[in-house]
Amino acid sequence: MLKLILRRVALTLPTFVALMFVTFVAVRLVPGDPIEARTGERGIDPERLAALRHELGLDQPVWKQFLDYVYALLHGDFGVSIVTKTPVLHEFLILFPATLELALCALVFAVVLGVPAGVLAAVKRGSVLDHSVMAVALAGYSMPIFWWGLLLIMFMSEYLGLTPVSGRMDLINYYFEPVTGFMLIDSLLSGEDGAFSAAVAHLILPTIVLGTIPLAVIARMTRSSMLEVLGEDYVRTARAKGLSPLRVVGLHALRNALIPVVTVVGLQTGTLLAGAVLTETIFAWPGVGKWLIESISRRDYPALQGGIMLISAIVILVNLIVDMLYVAINPRIRHG
Amino acid sequence: MAEENAIDDPMPTAPERLLVSESGLSLSAAAVAEAEPVGAEPSPLRAFWSAFSENRGAVLGLAVVVFISLLALFAPFVAPHSPIEQFRQSVLLPPVWAGGNWTFPFGTDAVGRDVLSRLIYGARISLGIGLSVMVVSVALGIVLGLASAFLRGLVEVVIMRVMDMVVAIPSLVLAILIVAVLGPSLTNTIVAVTVVYLPRYVRLVRAAALAELSKEYVVAAQVAGVGRLRLMFVTVLPNCLAPLIVQAALGISDAILEAAALGFLGLGAQPPTPEWGAMLADAREFIRSAPWIVTLPGLAILVTVVAINLMGDGLRDALDPKLRRS
Repeated sequence: MLKLILRRVALTLPTFVALMFVTFVAVRLVPGDPIEARTGERGIDPERLAALRHELGLDQPVWKQFLDYVYALLHGDFGVSIVTKTPVLHEFLILFPATLELALCALVFAVVLGVPAGVLAAVKRGSVLDHSVMAVALAGYSMPIFWWGLLLIMFMSEYLGLTPVSGRMDLINYYFEPVTGFMLIDSLLSGEDGAFSAAVAHLILPTIVLGTIPLAVIARMTRSSMLEVLGEDYVRTARAKGLSPLRVVGLHALRNALIPVVTVVGLQTGTLLAGAVLTETIFAWPGVGKWLIESISRRDYPALQGGIMLISAIVILVNLIVDMLYVAINPRIRHG
Repeated sequence: MAEENAIDDPMPTAPERLLVSESGLSLSAAAVAEAEPVGAEPSPLRAFWSAFSENRGAVLGLAVVVFISLLALFAPFVAPHSPIEQFRQSVLLPPVWAGGNWTFPFGTDAVGRDVLSRLIYGARISLGIGLSVMVVSVALGIVLGLASAFLRGLVEVVIMRVMDMVVAIPSLVLAILIVAVLGPSLTNTIVAVTVVYLPRYVRLVRAAALAELSKEYVVAAQVAGVGRLRLMFVTVLPNCLAPLIVQAALGISDAILEAAALGFLGLGAQPPTPEWGAMLADAREFIRSAPWIVTLPGLAILVTVVAINLMGDGLRDALDPKLRRS
């Protein structure tokens, strides 16, 4: 077991090195020199240019620059934003809770709706319910979520006036210092009347938009996994013993059917973070996705580089954890 | 299409015949038996069609895909106007069902361009992106996948670790990084989306090829003195095609979605190109005043992607019975 875990961890190390290499190369390929970005187009006298190049380490051989970059990364130095002059890691950590809160809500939404929908579809295989679940899942899976977001804003916010159009909080009526960075918790801690419901109202549409694709994937996966399990001998045995259908499905079948679903849920991290870029842009949600897009338009390449590095590192780590959970809950692999 | 050629070849080489008989067998078990007189082996193409057409959704998807492809192909003849001509007297005209007129059946956008014409020309761009990405990534996927399966050693380690890394970065984030480096344009969109989806094909070809390599016919071919390249592309590759075709079909729809997302973020096709995602980006300010500009391009994306996915599911059921969902 320990050997297996160590093996998986060791396998992710080359991926990290390659990731550092790619972000390092990418930033050097980006049009526009970092010095020019600082000095503008006025030009600069050669002495100061040399001093600046030395300061940024650009006069070093490329391999040394790469090693310096790796060294800096390992010490938590992800560069300094050109625009705000603050460390990238610092900016990221301030914005990340907003993205995490949104992503967690979307995941809960997807699991809470997707798993029962998939189970029902499998149990009532071939029924109208099954076909509807699969049709909705197909639509969800094929949905351009940025358009879905615009449609929801158009209908729910503009037409019905039910939900706010954008942002995380009604900042005109409520202001409180962030404690945890999670608006749902902070609004409760603030003790202000209505703050919590305002936070929830702001979360509803982004959660639906971000959760749509994972919902579709989870529903499909649960259904096919459940169908497979329902055909197994031990389920037939359980039925033959005269157990109630609810017990057979809920206890005997579901537990085994959920094993692949757990993996799929874990592997949605990448989808969620990629989707967060679009969702946050549509809803003006102040998270890392929107920040990343803004870094591009502001040509803030250190922020882009550090942001991509951090987001990818999170995805790699979560996938690693999911891998291990999978081993832990599936004895066939553990002993295999 | 490639799969039809492979299956319909009147003089199949040995491995192709294997593919044929395998799919023929599994299909006849499923549905063909009743349609064909007992004992007669159905032609592979017929067997494929009979399995494919069993799935009504797949046929519907195929019909829609054919319709959109024809629109895209004959856009200059079908579209009532030029996609970039600005009719300044008719700005933000509603579609015909909301009080507009038949000159602009789907209305006009904020600078007076005909929405219907832009949608029709947009089909060219979206399908073009989808197909280009698919062709390039399948070709590269075959080369890299076969190379890592056959050469093993360092080649395999390098290729597969690079693929692992590509997978580790969220797809859209990686595409954004690539476009930021190369600059936003339609071509760079294709490059970025290809890189993002390449690992799927490489992994799939490698896994399929490794599975084939241990089979007897490969050993037999090796003993007979077949060269390495011939072994890779002529002996083994045809037997890896079924899952690859399925993945390629589904890959088109993913590529269309990804490209539209880049267009929406302003990192894909640049104005005045009538790309569906970019059209939506322009439309954001008109949510209140001109909902048709928001609704129609997204609907076009959704319908196209759903149709391709339906078709892909049908292909999978017909070509790759092992992957059948239920």
